[in-house]
Formats: sequence, structure tokens, C-alpha cells
Amino acid sequence: MTAMYPTPSGTRDVLPDEMRELRAITDAIRTVFEDHGYGEVWTPAIEFESAVDRMGGSGGGYRLFDDHGSVLCLRSDLTVPIARVAATRYATAEPPLRFSSFAHVYRGVKPGRGQMRETLQAGVELIGAAGPEGTAEVLTVLCRALEAAGLREYRIGIGDAGLYSALLAECGVDDARSARILDALVGRDLVRLSVEVHDAGLDAESTELLTTIPLLRGGAELLDTVSERVATERLRAVHGAVSREVAERLIFDLGLVRDLDYYTGAVFEIYDPAAGMPLGGGGRYDDLVGRFGRDMPAVGFSFDLNGVHIALAGEQRGEGVA
Amino acid sequence: MSTKTGLTIAVPRGALMGDTLDLLDRIGIDTSEVRSNDRKLLFEDIGIVTMRPSDVPTYVEAGAADIGFTGKDVLLEQPERAVYELMDLGYGRCTLVLASVAGPDPGAEALRRLGVMRVATKYTKIARRFFEETGRQVELVEVKGSVELAPLTGLVDAIVDLTATGTTLRENGLVVREEILVATARLIANPVAHKLKAAAIDDLVERLRAE
Repeated sequence: MTAMYPTPSGTRDVLPDEMRELRAITDAIRTVFEDHGYGEVWTPAIEFESAVDRMGGSGGGYRLFDDHGSVLCLRSDLTVPIARVAATRYATAEPPLRFSSFAHVYRGVKPGRGQMRETLQAGVELIGAAGPEGTAEVLTVLCRALEAAGLREYRIGIGDAGLYSALLAECGVDDARSARILDALVGRDLVRLSVEVHDAGLDAESTELLTTIPLLRGGAELLDTVSERVATERLRAVHGAVSREVAERLIFDLGLVRDLDYYTGAVFEIYDPAAGMPLGGGGRYDDLVGRFGRDMPAVGFSFDLNGVHIALAGEQRGEGVA
Repeated sequence: MSTKTGLTIAVPRGALMGDTLDLLDRIGIDTSEVRSNDRKLLFEDIGIVTMRPSDVPTYVEAGAADIGFTGKDVLLEQPERAVYELMDLGYGRCTLVLASVAGPDPGAEALRRLGVMRVATKYTKIARRFFEETGRQVELVEVKGSVELAPLTGLVDAIVDLTATGTTLRENGLVVREEILVATARLIANPVAHKLKAAAIDDLVERLRAE
């Protein structure tokens, strides 16, 4: 019987056979990022908690103190540190700025559900390029990166972080109820969403709109079928700005929201039929860089490299592929 | 798994199974093979997998099943699960209650004299939230089997458990002190399948709504 020396919950070792495959995926993706002008950066694994919290990021699951008593946290995403880099190290550089990174992030997820607390992520940030062109560029890089990794069946869900809250305001729902309805939508609880909407005492048309819009997802044609009370212009503009190859990968999803509150426009999620959970996501965060002192619109994505590896292995076994 | 619906459906064994299979039959999914085979778990021809109700969110979250039927009580006890809750199906109605031995309430007595009430339950998360919201100190005892036994043997002062008709509570000399929540069956979906198999899932939901 060997002595037990477990790794901390939600972490694990990577041994050479797996590492070779992961490295091949990482190298292929890094080449795509570099070819599109996204230079790789490293940022510290630890950041000041106050900086992360102020920027609308999530502090994640780990906190520590430094020798001055400052509270530090392990980074829980790649976007907030790069927003800091862009605003502080490139305070006068001519935009747009393009950065990529490959790094571990740490989140306080409950283990035992196929999610780790330490995950290796890849991502890019395009800073100083407004939508829809900036959004279209990043979607193109995302598709090429996933293809370079070897995925054949992936799809990108695209929604608009402001679409549903604008519709709530347009329908005259008060702020407290809107917050509860958005909370239900973020929690994917469409039963509670429907109850809250029906209790709001709206006219029949508004009630119908608010309960059906979150369920609309599909090709770009659905943007033409929805009521003109729904603000789909930004999504149409993105569709108009991407190539046909990218457009074919997109699933327009009027119910898509992300649980980070710094997103301002288009938001994405990455799916593969061989993976039960989204591989990653991203979106526009036009206000975030400004909070570090230089106001620039921005967009980016990140995905879990281990998730891509699992999806790739699943695709190769023929899982989930129609 | 190829089926008429193109979906893998997680069906709970136990109290919700009969109503769930009846509902699937009515929307045109023939479940006679499931009914006639008590030990088999996987029915590939019709895309059904059967399991205990509390495992349904596990399979659906991981994508091993595209959609599933489970109780709201199960979903509330596993709030971290990333699944879509698509429909309140209405059946399987039961109530989560605080109950104790008939007569003067031993739970209230313990709270008054000892400052803390010992409570046995399978629903530790819901119970913890309920007692925090109502400002009472409790010591929760997690049990896996018949919860009704715990107060009868002096293990605890009260229980938090699910009841449909109240018969089991009555037969064990327990009375309901408070109702915590009402739970019904829910249709849940995997978040990736909800996007990639949108047409099949919407079609199924539409047929369920028409029932």
C-alpha cells in the first residue's frame, strides 16, 4: 500500500502521453493566434482582489494574504488581467491591440461534475476595435483555432447581453422584477422566468414575447421572424460582417446570457456534440478597459483546452455526431 | 443513440415513473418495453434510460442524457447543476414538510430549552436554507433511508421530508408542523443539447404542452 498524497480538490497531474496531445493542440492554436497578430502575454497568477472585484470579474475560489496584509486571489479568468495590461502598459499605443494567452485559471466549482477547479485556458482579446467588425474578427479567429485543434462538429452560440434586459425595459417591467427575471434566465430556470413574467401584469403580447424570446435559437433567418420590439440590430450586424464559413457555425440564440456582468454586447458560447458542457465563451466588454483608465471597446473569448481535448477524443470515437 | 425523437431521455424510477411513462406514451413514444422490464436500465430503441430521480440531473448536466424528468425537490437540493428547467409538468405533486412526533412539539421544545433543534433529512441544502431564512438554529442529521424512524428512536427532535398524502407520517405517529415547499415534476435539458438539438427538444416540449 502506497502512502496517499492526493492533489487538492479539483486539480490533477498531467503525465507525458496526455501532455503530448495537449501540447499538439496548444501549438496548433497558438499558431493561429500568432498568424492573426495576437501576441502572447503572461500575467501573474495572483492579482489584488480589490482590482478583480472592481472590474466585475469573479474572485474565484482561492484567497491569500501577502506580507503587507493585502488580499490576493488566484486569477479566475484571462480577460480582466489583459484589460489591465492594455490600459496600463499600452496607455498611449495606437489601437487596436491584439493579445493572446494560455494560462491556468482557478474557480471555486464543485468537483465531481466533470469540472476542475484549475483549468488550462486559451483565449484572445481584441482591444480598441468596436463591433461588429471587431466581433467578426474574433469569431473568425475562434473558428480557425477550433479547426486547427481538430474539432469538426463545433458550433458557436451567439447572443446579445443587452437584448433581453432592453426588452424587459421596453415592456415596462419594473427594476426589481427585471432583476429576478434575469436571474432566472442566467440560472436557466425557464419555469421561474415564466411565472415571474406572468405575475408582472403585462399585456398579452408582452407576456408572450418575454416568455418565448429566450427560447429562440437557430440560424440567422430567425432574426427576421422576431418582433421588431426585440433589438436584434447588433446580431444582424455581426452576421453581416462574418464570412459564410463562420456564419455556418453560428447559432443565433436570443436567450443566451453569460454569468459575468462585464459583457456589453455580443456574447458567445462554444459547443461540441461530444461535450456535455460548453467548452468556453466570450463576448464584448466595451466598458471594462475604461475602468482601468483608458476607455476602449473590446471583445474576446477563452476556452478550456482540456475540454477541447475531451471533445476531440469524443469526436474521434464518433460520439454525439449525427 | 438513434430514436424516433433523436434524443436520449432520462426517466426516473420510483414515484414519478408511472406518470412519466404515461405522458411519454400519450405523445407517441411507446414505453411498453420499459414497463415490461423491471431490471433493464437502458432502452436504446426508444432512447430511454432509467435511474433514481436524484441521478437525473447528473446524467443530463453531463450530456449522457439530452433531457430528463425529475422532481423540483431534487433540483432545489442540487442547485449547482447547470441544466435548463424547461417545463413544470404538474404531476408528482408533493410537499416538503417539517414534522415531529404528535403531541407537544418536541422540536419547538428543544429550540426553547436547548436553543437548537436536531433535524433528520435527506434534503440538507433545502433544510439548511429554510432554517436560516426562518432564523432558527438546527443541527442537521443526514440520513439515507426511512427518515420517519429518526424521531421515533430519539435520534432527532424533528424531520424535514417529502410527503404526498401524509399516510407514512401518520402511520408513524408524526404530524406536519410546517410546510416548506411544494414540488412537482420538471422537464430539464442539457445546455449543449438545448442548442445543438433545438428542433428535437422544441418538438418534444410542444407535444408535452399540448397534453
